[in-house]
Amino acid sequence: MASVCFYFQVHQPYRLRHYTVFDSDYNYFDDKKNAEICRKVAKKCYLPTNLLMLELIKKYKGRFKIAYSITGILLEQLEKYAPEALKTFKDLAATGNVEFLNETYYHSLSFLYSRDEFIEQIMAHRRTIQRLFGQTPRIFRNTELIYNNHLPRVIEELGMFDAILMEGADHILGYRSPNFVYKPSHSSSLKLLLKNYRLSDDIAFRFSNRGWSQWPLTADKFAQWVNAVNGCGYSVNLFMDYETFGEHQWEDTGIFDFLRHLPGEILKHPDNNFKTPSEVVDSYDAVGTVDVPRTLSWADIERDLSAWLGNAMQENSLSELYALENKVKSTGDAEIISDWRKLQTSDHFYYMCTKWFADGDVHKYFNPYDSPYESYINFMNILDNLDGRCTRALSAKEPVVSGAIQGIKRTRQIRNNKYNTNFCFSERS
Amino acid sequence: MKTFMLGWEFPPFISGGLGTACYGLTKAMDRLGIEVLFVLPKGFEACSPGNVKILSSRYIQQGQSPEGFKKLKFRSIATTLRPYIDFESHRYPSLHSKKQKSHLGFKSPGTGEMYAVDMYGEVSNYANKAAQIAEMEDFDIVHAHDWMTYPAGIAASHVSGKPLVVHVHSTEFDRSGEHINQRIYDIEREGMHAASKVLAVSNYTKNLIVQHYGVSPEKVEVVHNGVEIDESSSPRCSAEKQDKIVLFLGRITMQKGPEYFIAAAKKVLEVISNVKFIMAGNGDMMHRMIDLAARLGIGHKILFSGFLTGDEVRKAYRMADLYVMPSVSEPFGIAPLEAMRQNVPVIISKQSGLAETVCHALKVDFWDINEMANKMISVLKRPALQTTLSRNGFYESHKFRWEDTAIRVRKIYEETLSRS
Repeated sequence: MASVCFYFQVHQPYRLRHYTVFDSDYNYFDDKKNAEICRKVAKKCYLPTNLLMLELIKKYKGRFKIAYSITGILLEQLEKYAPEALKTFKDLAATGNVEFLNETYYHSLSFLYSRDEFIEQIMAHRRTIQRLFGQTPRIFRNTELIYNNHLPRVIEELGMFDAILMEGADHILGYRSPNFVYKPSHSSSLKLLLKNYRLSDDIAFRFSNRGWSQWPLTADKFAQWVNAVNGCGYSVNLFMDYETFGEHQWEDTGIFDFLRHLPGEILKHPDNNFKTPSEVVDSYDAVGTVDVPRTLSWADIERDLSAWLGNAMQENSLSELYALENKVKSTGDAEIISDWRKLQTSDHFYYMCTKWFADGDVHKYFNPYDSPYESYINFMNILDNLDGRCTRALSAKEPVVSGAIQGIKRTRQIRNNKYNTNFCFSERS
Repeated sequence: MKTFMLGWEFPPFISGGLGTACYGLTKAMDRLGIEVLFVLPKGFEACSPGNVKILSSRYIQQGQSPEGFKKLKFRSIATTLRPYIDFESHRYPSLHSKKQKSHLGFKSPGTGEMYAVDMYGEVSNYANKAAQIAEMEDFDIVHAHDWMTYPAGIAASHVSGKPLVVHVHSTEFDRSGEHINQRIYDIEREGMHAASKVLAVSNYTKNLIVQHYGVSPEKVEVVHNGVEIDESSSPRCSAEKQDKIVLFLGRITMQKGPEYFIAAAKKVLEVISNVKFIMAGNGDMMHRMIDLAARLGIGHKILFSGFLTGDEVRKAYRMADLYVMPSVSEPFGIAPLEAMRQNVPVIISKQSGLAETVCHALKVDFWDINEMANKMISVLKRPALQTTLSRNGFYESHKFRWEDTAIRVRKIYEETLSRS
């Protein structure tokens, strides 16, 4: 028996506008560009792929199933800029064959910096999923599949989840296969679903690569690879960005035809089926435990945090951002808090990555800036402005001056202990 | 392989980037075993602007190899040719002023002596003498650096029947913007068209050559410059400095964009006050710049150090927290690479050849004062930015090796010779 478990990540950040040290307004985001990109991706990817998914679910009478994790900030943007795409996501939810996962609303790295903020963002996302899709998520997926031993402890304490998704990294698994269900080394109730990165990346990254020995990839060839799992695994977890369809792999690569034929080819084998992550969790027991003392992610060959926390600019901007938490929250100003949270989206720090920058690779493709330095300069100018804005808001708020001072004191304290704060949170037992 | 090379400056007789480039290139070619016969006008004693090793001036004696070179030989021609003219003299006044068409007077530094020089006469004198030397020597190819040696290159190629390669380190459009000197332009154009190959120091320069000189793009090869390895590189002296230091290092002429530097400095000082700006170099715009700084009320913040010599340059880099090259048009830009080599973060104009090849430098349009100031403030204010830029910049500067340039030049020689 081999199940195929699809989960698609659906996300777009709020990109920042060019903001210099001489700017003083509070318009940090490039609304025009964000609208443009949102509409473009909706047209090239979300709409056509959703329609195809609806068609496939109908065609296979419920035997084809998928899961999505759609960030809160993308859902906001879809509501504003591409409501027709949002409607098709709702239509998918209504089929009963589509599961929605829970993550941080802002696609943030808050897990690494602030437990309170992390949990607030999970809850905000959860409420949004309930409101839009009428589902209560059971599976948690952290930003960029960031995971260490501390994550299942926090998630388990929330008492709302059955499983967490994780990268099936070789250095964690060793000889073991990602096609089984595992559990965290320090948690009793949660299960772990591991990404089969070879088969996932065959679709997400290698599909149109003419230099690849397996090119062109056809649905029947891919189905044979899945069949080969029969007998040595329960489920093949194919986790990837949804933008793979039509945006990263353009329509002319044949990616939509591949997807259209894939369910039929998979289901040709009588022992195969499709399952959502919750169904996989319900169907199979954990075969072993997974111990992850060092933080893991699904990014780059390193599968670590170096894409977001690999240089001094990234460390500095993230610690300065989270050092503002109390100050921001004590203003009680919804707009300030929302702006601060939009600044937490991991993409902003990804743009600052200098790893491989000189070689011009995948990082450059997704980067709206000319260089990582530009993105840092821009981000810090905005953060400075936000800081000043908080100070002004707090001084205008007479009755809670003492609270504000408390907040500032706490901010200073965090600043002074920034390394402790960053890492004790993730490593603390 | 033996090359007949025509240049007009060579350390220690240099006043700008051209001599630095000729030195780096010939040294690397020498190491590859290419014989170089370097024909040089017997110029004025000038100082080294960068990290070049100062060679003894004895080597100018006919035929002698300078220290550290195996196969390099010099021939010098008595002339008053100089690529750049000091700021007392105003740049090429005879070429630019309408009243005084062909003669100019300028001082030789240190001597105070006045020369009446006919620039074009000197160019053709140099060409005649070079042709005489070429007749006596045996070589495979002629290599001429910048316009003043192109007539000599054409002549040497003509008498020897050997192919000509011209090397464009800068064009009249870089030096004079759109108000070009027609005679210089004509000389440049003639040289490029007479040559079998045109070497451009960047794609930026190649585009100018193709666009303004009507040379077919297939004939132009981009050969990036290198940067000399300075073994004496030592830790930066940032300790206990009260003010941050921003460095401008180059001739203070229209081409180098000094007024944009000062205008950006004014904006920086509106945000942070503990900064000083050093302008190191001479040039015809220096008085105007001193005046501009004073009029903007930042005269006490902008220090004019004059022309710096090798050791002083190194010291300036070590003091600097930031190096800015706001050039209006810069064919390559070796100086910022030297700054990167000294762990100094750099901001360079997008109108430069270097901007197309380095990643770990901040880039701005020279006219965008606001953005230049924005970036300057960020570097000065944020240690994380300074650290990341200087560390990565240091490593990146090592990619620019004269050995690679020389290997490319050799390959182009071989192709040229096999086709002729």
